[in-house]
Amino acid sequence: MEFSDLIRTGRAQAKLLRGPEAPPLRGTLCLTGHHLLLSPGPQATSELWLLLLRSVDSIEKRVASDSGTITLRCKDLRVLQLEIEGVEASLDIARSIEALSSLESVITSFPFFYRPKGLRLGDAWHFHPPERYYKRVARETNAWRLSEVNEDFSVCPSYPRAVIVPRSVDDGALARSARFRQGGRFPVLSYHHAPSGTVLVRSSQPLTGPQKRRCAEDEELLRAVLLGARPGARGFIVDTRSSQAAKQARMTGGGTEAKAAYPGWKRLHRPLERGQPLQESFVRLVEACGDLQQSTDSWLRRLEGCCWLAHVKEALSTACLAAQGMEREGACILVHGAEGTDSTLLVTSLAQLILDPLSRTMAGFQELVEREWIQAGHPFQLRCAHSAFSHARSKHEAPTFLLFLDCVWQLGRQFPLSLEFGEGLLLALFEHAYASPFGTFLCNSEKERCLCEVRTRTHSLWSGLNQPKERRKLRNPLYAPNPLAIWPSVELQSLRLWQGDPLPQLLPWGAS
Amino acid sequence: MEHIRTTKVEQVKLLDRFSTSNKSLTGTLYLTATHLLFIDSHQKETWILHHHIALVEKLALTTSGCPLVIQCKNFRIVHFIVPRERDCHDIYNSLLQLSKQAKYEDLYAFSYNPKQNDSERLRGWQLIDLAEEYKRMGVPNSNWQLSDANREYKICETYPRELYVPRIASKPIIVGSSKFRSKGRFPVLSYYHEHKEAAICRCSQPLSGFSARCLEDEHLLQAISKANPVNRYMYVMDTRPKLNAMANRAAGKGYENEDNYSNIRFQFVGIENIHVMRSSLQKLLEVNGTKGLSVSDFYSGLESSGWLRHIKAVMDAAIFLAKAITVESASVLVHCSDGWDRTSQVCSLGSLLLDSYYRTIKGFMIHEHIHSCQFGNFLGNCQKEREELKLKEKTYSLWPFLLDDQKKYLNPLYTSKSPKFTVLEPNTVSFNFKFWRNMYHQFDRTLHPRQSVFNIITNMNEQNKQLEKDIKDLESKIKQCKNKPTDGILTKELIHSVHPESPTLKTSLCFKEQTLLPVNHALRTIEGSNPADNRYSEYAEEFSKSEPGVVSLEYGVARMTC
Repeated sequence: MEFSDLIRTGRAQAKLLRGPEAPPLRGTLCLTGHHLLLSPGPQATSELWLLLLRSVDSIEKRVASDSGTITLRCKDLRVLQLEIEGVEASLDIARSIEALSSLESVITSFPFFYRPKGLRLGDAWHFHPPERYYKRVARETNAWRLSEVNEDFSVCPSYPRAVIVPRSVDDGALARSARFRQGGRFPVLSYHHAPSGTVLVRSSQPLTGPQKRRCAEDEELLRAVLLGARPGARGFIVDTRSSQAAKQARMTGGGTEAKAAYPGWKRLHRPLERGQPLQESFVRLVEACGDLQQSTDSWLRRLEGCCWLAHVKEALSTACLAAQGMEREGACILVHGAEGTDSTLLVTSLAQLILDPLSRTMAGFQELVEREWIQAGHPFQLRCAHSAFSHARSKHEAPTFLLFLDCVWQLGRQFPLSLEFGEGLLLALFEHAYASPFGTFLCNSEKERCLCEVRTRTHSLWSGLNQPKERRKLRNPLYAPNPLAIWPSVELQSLRLWQGDPLPQLLPWGAS
Repeated sequence: MEHIRTTKVEQVKLLDRFSTSNKSLTGTLYLTATHLLFIDSHQKETWILHHHIALVEKLALTTSGCPLVIQCKNFRIVHFIVPRERDCHDIYNSLLQLSKQAKYEDLYAFSYNPKQNDSERLRGWQLIDLAEEYKRMGVPNSNWQLSDANREYKICETYPRELYVPRIASKPIIVGSSKFRSKGRFPVLSYYHEHKEAAICRCSQPLSGFSARCLEDEHLLQAISKANPVNRYMYVMDTRPKLNAMANRAAGKGYENEDNYSNIRFQFVGIENIHVMRSSLQKLLEVNGTKGLSVSDFYSGLESSGWLRHIKAVMDAAIFLAKAITVESASVLVHCSDGWDRTSQVCSLGSLLLDSYYRTIKGFMIHEHIHSCQFGNFLGNCQKEREELKLKEKTYSLWPFLLDDQKKYLNPLYTSKSPKFTVLEPNTVSFNFKFWRNMYHQFDRTLHPRQSVFNIITNMNEQNKQLEKDIKDLESKIKQCKNKPTDGILTKELIHSVHPESPTLKTSLCFKEQTLLPVNHALRTIEGSNPADNRYSEYAEEFSKSEPGVVSLEYGVARMTC
């Protein structure tokens, strides 16, 4: 398929409205396979304006007698308006944008064509290899080892090649434990908390099923986790579902760890919202923020109704619970929900941010996102296919990663000196997770990224963000390293809606 | 003192209302003539002025003692548990009496002695000179003058002696108008915008009923509009909801009929009265005092209290007023019923938006002085009452104390050099109105951000000042050195003065701040952030319990080794 087949009209004269702050732009509109361009003409002082088509979330067209208006709502919540001369041209362009922005193929996406100046392909793919962290933990603890059991992704398709597991458990046992866990996600180390010598472990749900099956190797693995911390150590299993939901999962082959099978481990249920309801909460929040004329009462009602801050509160307090268990109780923590690719990662990554001062640095945070989200198999392509505006919604979208970024923002608000990066980095990650010229957030797992040769054929976002000019913009000027744990307040009075930048962008203006 | 039966109770518990599992501090409670004082086992003192107490409640007896809940006017809520019911009852009764001082003379401000001598006290009261302030605005001038009509409080008891009115408004007109206005509060100048030659005036509602007229009042309004040479039209803003204003007509009061006044544009703004506001605030505090608030409780509570709606209404009214002056150069007359609550809110906020002087610390004091009232500053209800109380002889002014301590109140980000913001235009979209946590939860430290940007920026500013001073010193040194003949000394001295270990760099404030962080690995928290202060889960209690199996094993081992 050629992009040119989808482009009905490549050019038109247009006026672009970008918001109350920026002046409208006039010029020639051009459509390419990946971009919408507006060239303001030779005598104009402003530069070329460029929009990645992939970032268009929804498109609305209206026609008048001799012109058309296209409203583009972007995945990063920007709203743009194009006034195009000629009815035919505007309809053609709208249809082309619609087709080009919803292409599914990964290898024809823009990252495979993006060749910025000053960056060399393949350079930054080793910016933050999780192996480096795993090797350090293995060296420091002597109780953990790097395993290559998943070298060809056959044991667990959503795990990376290298994982870190208890030293005393061999690869054969890992493979059998994997068969007992949904999607093969057997328990692996997420974070080693040196001050208390305890570990954070994550997995997916055990496949106990209605017969309450057991798996000796899986039990052995979790026993080894406790022994690795210290003899007699306790463990808590933080299940991100309600106990009822966990029980119900047995009917479909899933389930939860039986108490008798895992001595030393105690199960705690902390239900977190996920999937469709979380996406709807996001959609309702964005809708509420878009209505400028509403009264204070109606705004508060809608803010309450969308429940977004309740999700923020729950995610933060669950992460704090896990962190508290490690720091104060000297216990090991295993986190899982069902698949172990969403709320599980939300909890483990936030807990690290609370406990580990390194993860609060610029490099450490990027490493955390790489290790605990991208490599850990959060299905970005499915979750971030559409943002809050799209009507064509499949059932896989969920703003789990955005919820994580929001929680990090809340931490930054309560500890304004403790994060080396500013809001800018969080906004950039939000934007790039949904649509990006870089390959970092492509695909759903490391396996898929290998198949698509993402590492050799696209650039890494980290190399883009770590150029000195970019880096300066993302730093928190007030940062003062602080070696301590940061315990946030999770009371409602202490949480605030993150409207720093993404939300004002979606305010409609001059809707004539 | 006759109200105090018990002066000291020991073993009293102070509960933290937002902490987990009823965490408490034990200490001693003292009752003095002016304060309630609690000293906990760490010798930390909590002082509560009797005059600040809004409500005392004695709750039902529990196993640990008798709970005593005190709500203060500054939004502090303290929850004591007194071991013996008798003591609790005594303290409760004493506080009931002490917090209900009927006479002004019993108030703490009259017994407060901050070690100032009489001349210092007098200077404190003279800090704010209203005549000087009107001069700053450019009044008196060819259109506005000082009127002596109320010199003896004959026309209006609740107005001050000095009032500014249009030059062409004669005394009979003023007297006539005052008789047509509720409480005699006729239209007077509140703020004068020199550049636009427009005025903000204030008054109370007219006694118009359904059809009454008053020629003098009509003349006075015309005089105000004539005092504006740029725009003859003036706005009359009734800050009440239209329904309330209409209801007042039945009682012989009401609002201006546009047909009877020439050149006025009448406008309702719809701010609720003090009774609605009071119960709204009460509702807000009730909701926020609840422990373990859920998201929907919080937001539906915030919504049903209506507090943010009222704030928005006042803000919208002030913006309307500021725009009338800056965009149309029109004068505005503001009133409500009596013209001392909503009118004050709108006039004061409006002039704050208009005049950058009121956004400085001295300017803001004057601003507060004009609009709220003039330690003794906020006592009494009007100038006449304050004179009768002899406040200036018997109490101290608050302002010099604030000024002495002004570093605490200054905004380190303030800049006076921003011409773009001479007139403020706040955006009143609903989601810009936030719950002011640091006001309503001032004393609930666990809810606050755990690190202060304010402190660090203030420190940085001071450090910058120090560095700038160092630069000047060094530059003057260079100059001195240049005048000296030998080069050797010059280089030597220069090297010495810019050496990284120069004393100023060593004492750099940022550096100090960093070493101040409590690095204590046993308790890895910062600035009071502590997992135990936060309710992350009902499981928190699970944590402290060990697995039963482990306990019995340890127990067995212990037995064996004994």
